[in-house]
Amino acid sequence: MAKLARLGLAEEEVERMAGELSGILEHVDRIAALDLDDVPPTSHVVELENVLRPDLPHESLDRDVALGQAPDPERGAFRVPSPQAED
Amino acid sequence: MADLLDLTVAEAAAKIEAGEISRAEYAAAWHEAAGADELNAYLWRPDSPPDGIPVAVKDIFCVEGVPTTAGSRILEGYEPPYTATAVRRLADAGFGNLGKTNMDEFAMGSSNENSAYGPALNPWDRGRVPGGSSGGSAAVVAGGLAPCAIGTDTGGSIRQPASLCGIVGLKPTYGAISRYGMIAFASSLDQCGPLTRDVTDAAMLLGALQGKDPCDTTSVGLPEAPLLPERENLTGLRFAVPAELSRDAVDAGVREVFEATLARIEELGGTLAEVSLPHAEHGISAYYVIAPAEASSNLARYDGVRYGMRAESSGDVIEMYERTRAEGFGPEVKRRIMLGTYALSSGYYEAYYGQAQKVRTKIAGDFAAAFADFDLVVTPTSPSVAFGLGEKTDDPLAMYLNDFFTVPMSLAGIPAISIPAGLAEPPGGGPRLPVGFQIAAPAFGEQKLLDAAYALERAIAFDDRPGGDDG
Repeated sequence: MAKLARLGLAEEEVERMAGELSGILEHVDRIAALDLDDVPPTSHVVELENVLRPDLPHESLDRDVALGQAPDPERGAFRVPSPQAED
Repeated sequence: MADLLDLTVAEAAAKIEAGEISRAEYAAAWHEAAGADELNAYLWRPDSPPDGIPVAVKDIFCVEGVPTTAGSRILEGYEPPYTATAVRRLADAGFGNLGKTNMDEFAMGSSNENSAYGPALNPWDRGRVPGGSSGGSAAVVAGGLAPCAIGTDTGGSIRQPASLCGIVGLKPTYGAISRYGMIAFASSLDQCGPLTRDVTDAAMLLGALQGKDPCDTTSVGLPEAPLLPERENLTGLRFAVPAELSRDAVDAGVREVFEATLARIEELGGTLAEVSLPHAEHGISAYYVIAPAEASSNLARYDGVRYGMRAESSGDVIEMYERTRAEGFGPEVKRRIMLGTYALSSGYYEAYYGQAQKVRTKIAGDFAAAFADFDLVVTPTSPSVAFGLGEKTDDPLAMYLNDFFTVPMSLAGIPAISIPAGLAEPPGGGPRLPVGFQIAAPAFGEQKLLDAAYALERAIAFDDRPGGDDG
C-alpha cells in the first residue's frame, strides 16, 4: 500500500501504523453493516451544471515564474532523476 | 491603543469610515499586537503593517510571494506565484494580510499538534490545544493577536477551534466561497470561512468572501449578499435537537452549558423539539473514508518535482518520490494517505468509498427531512473543552471522535456556526474553559443562521477573555 502511495515508510512506522489503521478501520466498518443497496452515492453536495467557455488564448503563468519554485529546474524544464536506477 | 484593539471589526470599520480613527493607525496597532505572539500562532508575519483592516490568514491560502506551507515540511520555502481568490476578495473589500497562521499539516487534525512547526497554544491555557485544524487562526483572534481571521473547515476545522478558544467560527455552505488558491485536502468537503470575535464580524467577512469565481468551477456563491444581522429574538423559529447527536459522550460541563443555551432559546421565543438524524452517528465512519480517500489523491501532487522540497536521493525517480514524501509528510498525513489509498484500492473501493458515499446521501437526507419541520439544528460544537497538549496524540481514533458533532454538517454541505456559550471546568479540574454552541441551517441559509446566532449571542453576552498568564 505504501508503494502504491509512493511513501517510503520505515519498518517501525509500518508496524505502528498497521495497529493504528486497524483500529480506525474497525470503527469505519460499522457502516459496512448498513443496508444501502438502493441508495445512490453522493460525490458532490451542490448541484452543478457543467460549464463551457470559449477556447480563447489568454495570459498564463510565465515559464520562469512557473519554474521558479522547482527544486531542480533546467533549461526551461523540471529535471528529475532518471527513471532507471544507475546501478 | 488598547481601545483600538477592543473594537470589533465592524466597529472599527465604522469608525474608520466616519474618520474617527485612522486606518493606518488601526493597522499599526494590530501589527504591533501580533508581534507579541507567544502562542506560536503565526508562521509568518509581514515586516510592516498591512494596508487595510488586518485579517490573519490560515497558512493554507496561497499568497503571491509569501511563504505558504500548509503546516507541512514538504512546502517549506514555497512562495506561491499567485494569490487565493479568498485573500484577493478580502483585499478588494479593504482588508490586509496581518500574517499567516499555524495549522495542522494540510488541515488534518483537531488539535494543531500535527503542524510541522509545533502546535499553536490555546490562549486560555497554554498547556492546552487551541483545536484544529485552523488552530492558529482561532488562537490569534482569542488571544488578542488579530481582530479576525480566515480558516478552512473540512470536518469541523473552523468550528471546533472556535469552540475551544471561545470565539465565533462559521463554515458556510459548500460552494459559497471560492477555493482557488486554497490548498486542497478533501475537495468534496473543503470550505473557507471566518473566525471572529462576534457574529456581526463573521457576517461582514462572509459578505466580502462569498461569490462565484470563474477560477473555481465548484463555487456558486450565495443567492444574496449577507446583511449584518439585526434580529433580537427567536420568535417563530423552530430549533431541532438531534437525539443521536446528543446522547453520546459529552463532558458534563459541556452538557450543562448546552442545556442552559437551549433554555435561553426558549426564553427568546424559539421552540425546541428533539429530531431524529438516524445516520448522523455514522458521520465519523463515512468522513474518515471519504476525506482520506480524497486526500490521498490530492496529495499525490507533492512529489518533489514542481515545487516544495526534494529529498536527497541517489536512486531513480521513484526512490526520489518515496524519500521526498517520507521526509516531507508528518505521521498523520502519512496515516491518512495510507487509509485513503487502501479505501480506494481495487477490491475495497465499493466496500469503503462507495459505502461511505451512500452513508453521505443518507446523512444529507436526514438533514433535509429535519429542515422540512425545523428552521435550525443545534448541537454542542465539541464533546469537550480544550484538552491538554499530548493528551490524544497517541490515539488517532479518539482524536477523530472530537469531530463527532461537526462532521455531519460537512458531509451534508450545509452551513453551521459555533458561538461561545459559556465556560465549563475541564474533566480533570482547573480553570474554566470556553464551550461552543453549534447551529446549522439548510444549504444557502446563511442569513437565517447569522440572524439567529446574533440574537442568541446577545442574550448569552459571553464576555470572558483569556487571562494573560499560564493559568
